[in-house]
Amino acid sequence: MSSVEAGQLNPQLVLDEMKKNRVTDVVWLPDSETNFLYQLMQAEPSLRLVPVSREGLAFSLAAGLATGGRTPVILIQNTGLMESGDSLRGWAIGLRIPVVMMVGYRGWTRHGVNTDTAATYTERFLNAFGITYYLVETSADAPRISIAFEEARRTQRPVAVLMADEYHGFNR
Amino acid sequence: MIQTADLLRVFNAHRGDAIVVPGRGARHWAQISTRPTRDVPVGDPAMGGHAAFALGLALARPADRVVLFDSEGDLLMSLGILPTVAEQAPANFYHFMLDNECYATTGGQPVPNAKNVAYDVIARGAGYPRALAFDQLADFEAGIAAILAQPGPVFVALKVVPEVENLPINQRVRWQTRTRERVLQDLRAELGLGA
Repeated sequence: MSSVEAGQLNPQLVLDEMKKNRVTDVVWLPDSETNFLYQLMQAEPSLRLVPVSREGLAFSLAAGLATGGRTPVILIQNTGLMESGDSLRGWAIGLRIPVVMMVGYRGWTRHGVNTDTAATYTERFLNAFGITYYLVETSADAPRISIAFEEARRTQRPVAVLMADEYHGFNR
Repeated sequence: MIQTADLLRVFNAHRGDAIVVPGRGARHWAQISTRPTRDVPVGDPAMGGHAAFALGLALARPADRVVLFDSEGDLLMSLGILPTVAEQAPANFYHFMLDNECYATTGGQPVPNAKNVAYDVIARGAGYPRALAFDQLADFEAGIAAILAQPGPVFVALKVVPEVENLPINQRVRWQTRTRERVLQDLRAELGLGA
């Protein structure tokens, strides 16, 4: 990625927020919203990437990492988050795992009519589980990621960051 | 088929200081283990997650041997974890799986294609460098030392006798001696991570 236009989210800032919060492992499943971030993470020696093939596995895997003293972050799409309800409930909330989940907000649009039910149900889903979430749309929002990490540590609960922008501005 | 308690007793003689995630074997393991602070009987937070949880623990603690007693019903919900284990290839991860061919805690209904699934073959196909299967205690007893003597990841499928429960959950005898929260606190203290 050669440049980031105004009004977009610079993935380097997201990576910087992870490093600031001493993230050690990224448990992830690819999604279009965070692909550029993936490319940066691959080049970051302080991070271990642990790919899973279904999002529910990310919660139990992160629970094991956190129990063993690591600081994982979960990187998935909202579609997969909704598929993971029971794992979120049992492994993350139930075991009091202070993990931040960065969720690609597929379908998010601020300026138009939402035509993607993945977006329709995302915040309703998080509210149903009592999960606090922070919306990150542009580079100016990046500090909210640290707020999410602090809240996860303080409450010993999972906290969500909704990545409400494709880095190339697809949603705009 | 093997009695779960018998195979756990055999394993215990070779356990050393391994961290043990006893999974569906936890009811027996609670009576057998002599290192409870290194045991992680988290019960069943959400079915399908034990292998990923134990993998995470193994990745977090590379200097500690991590042993999981998974179950076939749990693993069937999450077969996709096998390639992730194989890719990460933690040398300290020992993945045992108790196969009783049924959902014992819900009344004993058979799992899909219960008698014909070769889980060791699936694990090998997913990339585990070693995968074994046992249906006789004597064979397991003869093989356990060699299994643990070599680096992981290794997958060991074990045919066990079903222990079917059919009472409503709130009428079952509670075997747990610690809450989940206490289990994790004890482990973290044991590992020097604080509570």
